[in-house]
Amino acid sequence: MSAGTDVPVSAGTEARSRGERRAPPSSSVRPDPPGLAATVAALLRKELLVELRTLESVPGMSLFAVTTFVVFHFALNRNSVEGDLASGILWVTLLFAAILGVNRLFVADAEEGGFDGFLLAPVDRSAMFVSKALALLAYLVVLELVAVPAFSLLLLGPSLGQALPGLLAVLALGDIGVAVIGTLVAALAVRTRARDLLGALLALPLLVPVVIGGARATAPLFSLTHATGPAVRWLLTLGLYDLVFGLIAFALFDFLLED
Amino acid sequence: MQSSSRHPAGSPHTKPRRGGDFGSYGRGLPALSIATVVVITVTLALVFFYAPLEAEQGFLQKIFYVHVPLAIIALCGFVLGGVFGAVHLRTRDSRWDMRSYVAIHMSLIFAVAALITGSIWAKGSWGHWWVWSEPTLVSFLIVFLLYATYQPLRFAIEDPERQARYASVFAITAGAFVPMNFIAVRLSTAYLHPRVLGSTSNLPPRMAFTFLMSLFGMALLFATLCKYELTAKHARAQLRALRRQADARAGAHSSAGWAGGAQRRRPRSAAPTQLPATRMSARAAGRPGS
Repeated sequence: MSAGTDVPVSAGTEARSRGERRAPPSSSVRPDPPGLAATVAALLRKELLVELRTLESVPGMSLFAVTTFVVFHFALNRNSVEGDLASGILWVTLLFAAILGVNRLFVADAEEGGFDGFLLAPVDRSAMFVSKALALLAYLVVLELVAVPAFSLLLLGPSLGQALPGLLAVLALGDIGVAVIGTLVAALAVRTRARDLLGALLALPLLVPVVIGGARATAPLFSLTHATGPAVRWLLTLGLYDLVFGLIAFALFDFLLED
Repeated sequence: MQSSSRHPAGSPHTKPRRGGDFGSYGRGLPALSIATVVVITVTLALVFFYAPLEAEQGFLQKIFYVHVPLAIIALCGFVLGGVFGAVHLRTRDSRWDMRSYVAIHMSLIFAVAALITGSIWAKGSWGHWWVWSEPTLVSFLIVFLLYATYQPLRFAIEDPERQARYASVFAITAGAFVPMNFIAVRLSTAYLHPRVLGSTSNLPPRMAFTFLMSLFGMALLFATLCKYELTAKHARAQLRALRRQADARAGAHSSAGWAGGAQRRRPRSAAPTQLPATRMSARAAGRPGS
């Protein structure tokens, strides 16, 4: 695991950059801890830096997605797909690729002491949830930058151009839901035995509404006639899901960190 | 139901010990069990002899009085498990975690029964064992698949305290997922089947009364089974604590060190039945000469 060398280094850099603001432990007068936004920014920077240096998640997720399209080509024996079949293939592929990233999300923190380092810092614990969810969101965006053009090139029958604005809206809403649920599930599963299995088992049923909303909203975009845009009710469903589970995960995440 | 205070030892489990705050589990259990049996018997009589035969489906429709209450109680039990989990996270009282566990465990069993009866009903009335166009059935399956991971998650965590916390977080998330999932699945399905049996509002009064009775009976059954499981877990924990105490007295070890060491040595201490055992043994160890 190549993360082993990098995580403590970047975490150490983080601690040093905040070091001057932190009082020595013996002092009774503490300076104000950094605010939520500053903490989130610092943690997010650390996440992206670690990912850039180790390249553990995103390249694997992207490669998985492209390979899955090839597998679908042979499994379905179709040279091009359209309509709800196309939308289903895209969403299933993105979902499974996202689960790869979810399973890796907290592994470095659990194995290399990232949790301990974070808990020792005098900062709001929700910052970890927000930064991890944002990092996962960034991974998903990069994944889709690779997977959607590849899908259009390899399998999609109708051209992507007209569908793009609607698709971007649906993908954005779907990604938020996946990021929120993925972060919560990753934190639940990471300190268990068989965490890879549990992460996928927990995430899949929880993400079924996202798949329903995403796939149903995308299907008309991929139809040969380009009849309609995404139905508003699906976008609303996705938005409601994101909101509800965003709040729940934000509220519950602290309880997963207490030890 | 709770009126058996005349019999302080309502259940033999609680008789030998004053279990402190755990002692009240078995109380009222016989009365509750009898009430459940009576209500369910009366309900079955109503189902077969009082409720009219449905015009289209005939006798097959009687499964409605089993299937729908099972499903409703299972969903309520799942949500209840989430509520108990929230109370546990607020109070840090492991009894609430145990209640949450038992509620979800029982609901899982009810959910299996609901899926099986639903499948039978679907086969009888629509000719297929599984019907994707029935949103309630599909949402129910998704909810069931989610809750089926509760126990694998729970028992994959070693530390009892963390196990309780993580299980509560899961219970709350999944409890909120139940209504969200129903909204999403119902939206996704066109209403192919008229939902004549979906609510009590358009049922004939005799059917509605029978349905409400069977719902009540099923709720009583759920409560009784939960109480049985809680009492059994409690009795097992007490037994374990007593045995440990006896062992500690037999051996020349200091009892506190032994109890702690035994807890740590056991890999299976992940089971929630152990939670009160830890507390009981700690308390027993701290009580001199009892």
